Amino acid sequence: MASPGPDHKRYFIDRLGISERLMERCLGEALSAGGEYADLYFESVTSTSLGVDEGLVKTASQGISVGCGVRVLSGERTGFAYTDDLAPERLVKAARTAALIASGPAKQLEQGFHSTDAPSLYPVAGATSDAQISEKLKLIQRADRAARAYDSRITQVRASFNDELRRILVAASDGTYASDTQPLARLNVAVIASDGTSTARGSSGGGGRVALDFFEGPKSPEHFAREAARTAMLQLGAAEAPAGEMEVVLGPGWPGVLLHEAVGHGLEADFNRKKTSAFAGLIGQQVASSKVTVVDNGTMPNRRGSLNVDDEGTPTQENVLIENGILKGYLTDKMSARLMGTRSTGSGRRESYQQITMPRMTNTYMLSGEDAPEDILKSVKRGLYAVNFGGGQVDITSGKFVFSASEAYLIEDGQVTRPVKGATLVGNGPEALKYVSMVGNDLALDEGIGTCGKAGQSVPVGVGMPTIKLDRMTVGGTGR
Amino acid sequence: MPAEVVGSIDLRELAQEVLGRALRAGATDAEAVVYEGEEFSSLVRLGEVETLKQSGSRAVGLRVFLGQRVASTSSSDFSADGIDRLVSGALDLARITSEDPFAGLPDESAFGEVPGGSEAQQLYFDDVHRMPPAQRIEIARRVEAAALAYDTRIQNSKGGDFDTATSHKVLTNSRGFTGEYRRSYCGFSAAPIAQDSAGHMQGNYWYSSARTTQLLEDPEHIGRIAAQRALRHLGARKVPTQQVPVVFSPEIARSLIGSIFSAAEGDAIYRNASMFNGMLGQRVAGDNITVVDDGTLVFPHRLADGRSLPAGGFGTSPFDGEGLPTRRTVLVERGILKNYVTNTYTGRKLGIPSTGNASRGLAGNPGTGSGNFFLEPGGVTPEQIIASVPNGLYVTEVMGFGVNLVTGDYSQGAAGLWIENGELAYPVEEITIAGNLKDIYRNISAVGNDLHFRGSSAVPTLRVEGMTIAGA
Repeated sequence: MASPGPDHKRYFIDRLGISERLMERCLGEALSAGGEYADLYFESVTSTSLGVDEGLVKTASQGISVGCGVRVLSGERTGFAYTDDLAPERLVKAARTAALIASGPAKQLEQGFHSTDAPSLYPVAGATSDAQISEKLKLIQRADRAARAYDSRITQVRASFNDELRRILVAASDGTYASDTQPLARLNVAVIASDGTSTARGSSGGGGRVALDFFEGPKSPEHFAREAARTAMLQLGAAEAPAGEMEVVLGPGWPGVLLHEAVGHGLEADFNRKKTSAFAGLIGQQVASSKVTVVDNGTMPNRRGSLNVDDEGTPTQENVLIENGILKGYLTDKMSARLMGTRSTGSGRRESYQQITMPRMTNTYMLSGEDAPEDILKSVKRGLYAVNFGGGQVDITSGKFVFSASEAYLIEDGQVTRPVKGATLVGNGPEALKYVSMVGNDLALDEGIGTCGKAGQSVPVGVGMPTIKLDRMTVGGTGR
Repeated sequence: MPAEVVGSIDLRELAQEVLGRALRAGATDAEAVVYEGEEFSSLVRLGEVETLKQSGSRAVGLRVFLGQRVASTSSSDFSADGIDRLVSGALDLARITSEDPFAGLPDESAFGEVPGGSEAQQLYFDDVHRMPPAQRIEIARRVEAAALAYDTRIQNSKGGDFDTATSHKVLTNSRGFTGEYRRSYCGFSAAPIAQDSAGHMQGNYWYSSARTTQLLEDPEHIGRIAAQRALRHLGARKVPTQQVPVVFSPEIARSLIGSIFSAAEGDAIYRNASMFNGMLGQRVAGDNITVVDDGTLVFPHRLADGRSLPAGGFGTSPFDGEGLPTRRTVLVERGILKNYVTNTYTGRKLGIPSTGNASRGLAGNPGTGSGNFFLEPGGVTPEQIIASVPNGLYVTEVMGFGVNLVTGDYSQGAAGLWIENGELAYPVEEITIAGNLKDIYRNISAVGNDLHFRGSSAVPTLRVEGMTIAGA
């Protein structure tokens, strides 16, 4: 673990005029009608979006958002209000509104704040938000050129660069006093390929909590451009995807979205506390083959899903969800931890100061096994080899999930034979991973493109997986 | 306690102030939008209040032009300093963008609002604010209680909620357009969970929403429907892979037909990235398919006491995101593709006028958005459609992102009820439905008469031939 990070609080104290005394006063107001816990969440986000389209810089926009959310917890109840005006009287009014959830004698605050020590998993000075706009523009212009140069059948190219710098300060009635500065950048390339008879799309992208020089390494604009172009060209000649239950091999990296949908969401503590998840009550039980170990890890340097502290000021950690097939634990925030008699796993996240914290994933991945990827493919008589995906979705309660392949091939007699069109794969969360019969030794994390939606709130996440084989899964094509 | 209006800033004045500053700082054209919103939400779970949320927010967005260059900024900081940064930031960004011959504000002659403006469209009702919080919470409690009381197999719930929201938007530009409107929303829902003896759970929901509390449905009625929707999926199983007729329930038909709007968007057309490229005037669906987008609809509701209470649709507004009057556009008429849907930019790219479908967020260039979007109803009841199927699927849920508007390829996770001899026989899940939209639209063999707007788009029950179901 890295040494304690810089003090990110100064921004709020020096620039926005938020004092410890004001925070104590607001927390006092928030608990004036009782309740066990209150917190203040100050947030300031600056975001930039640049886009090259048809070879022209068509998009350049910048946004600034500042505000504070006040939350009061009383038993299973949550009172919440926010303000985009940080004047003391507005903050106090928001605190009084949030306080309406409780009805009892005022609760006394803990004496004083205790600053949370957190690691430095990502750059602050030198984040992409400090770089010149012209430098970012060069990146997407390079991507645009590289995609066009890939093949004359690439007819449309859109390249974009989006980044933000998010500063947060959390002050809570339990003494929590934490802050963080979170950079996030993503470069994306989307292309259309056309050969006169058919048309196809392809896209690629990546990034993380990184400095601009990240894009000068192997994850260059040219890398993403070629990937997008290659995918589109491949789709031009793709056959119908097969339909029905078959053996499925998933490639390393982004196909880990399977874990995010099939098990990750089902293990978020809010659903389990309320017994609305298909995984409720399954701790200690076999929910996957013994070759499967899945973790959620918010402490990986520079990763899109990583956080020094979560949005409740709790340092993130590595949480084992499934160990050798056995369900080990849930992802908790402060509220679900208190109600379930455990500690927060550092999984409390929110989209912005305007939203309420929930247990969420960070970077979710399966650990490597012992099989060589080529042996896994060789073992398949007839099946699907899916190496890239669009997105996925899950019904937490029934456990049914889907994820949509964007690059897939047929496997026939152990050989990868021809590309097939995208198809949706479906399964049942608590069952699907029991059919994992081989796990590759090639764990990879995704390129840094994931955004997870839950109850209308989007947060950046990562996923990862080695090559794996599922003995059966339903593939939703139209072919034979 | 009604939510009060945040601050006392005159939004119209602020928008014009921002616009003026942009022009004085050198912009050759500019457009400002100011948005103010208030929200209240309450969630009751298992009879107890679980969450209360109440707040207001506001933000300003600016788009500036330097000749044929364009850029935009947005901010929630209304201080003089914040506005200065908004303006200088936009101009700095515009200097680095490219000259685009198609960029620019709409022509002056195109601006306007529908006759009577937002007043005539009945978009805002202040009873949404006036309803006391205790009464809102009580409705959330009642809708959930009705679902929980419906059947002993329903013992758990994700809750009942009641939400309200109001917004006020002002749009102004340097070519002389200024318009504003307020809109109100209220709605409630129940999300019960049914559980069978084997412990398998099925969750579902139902809701009512309206522009005024006077037009909300009965909470007990909505709660019971939510319960029925959860119960009917209990014991769902997989079915073998096969090709059969698929009947789309209205909620799912809406997303299937919604792809017609997306594929007809000028943005996809000028990029040659739509299955509808080159299809204008051509057949894209059967004779029985007519698809319309209309941003002007006002529905003639009637209350129980006989009073008439017109209210604007959820897709209704007096002007679009660029200040053009909204209108009615027929996308598909008796199966023939009649119109693409455009904003000013995509219209110029295609050499046609905007259809008044510009959508505008706070930042970025305008996109394309629908008004009230619907498929003209047919003459048969949903029951008759189901009765016409000897062996097939009635689909009630789809999941996933398997819709490709470039190729038309369609593959979605699905759940529903199996139809045997014209009757709903048993629930099914963990299957997919797949085909190609170009074929699907031509293979719609029946269109229901059950067109009901529950949101900004509505499509009746549909029967589609020849889709592939993948299962066991």
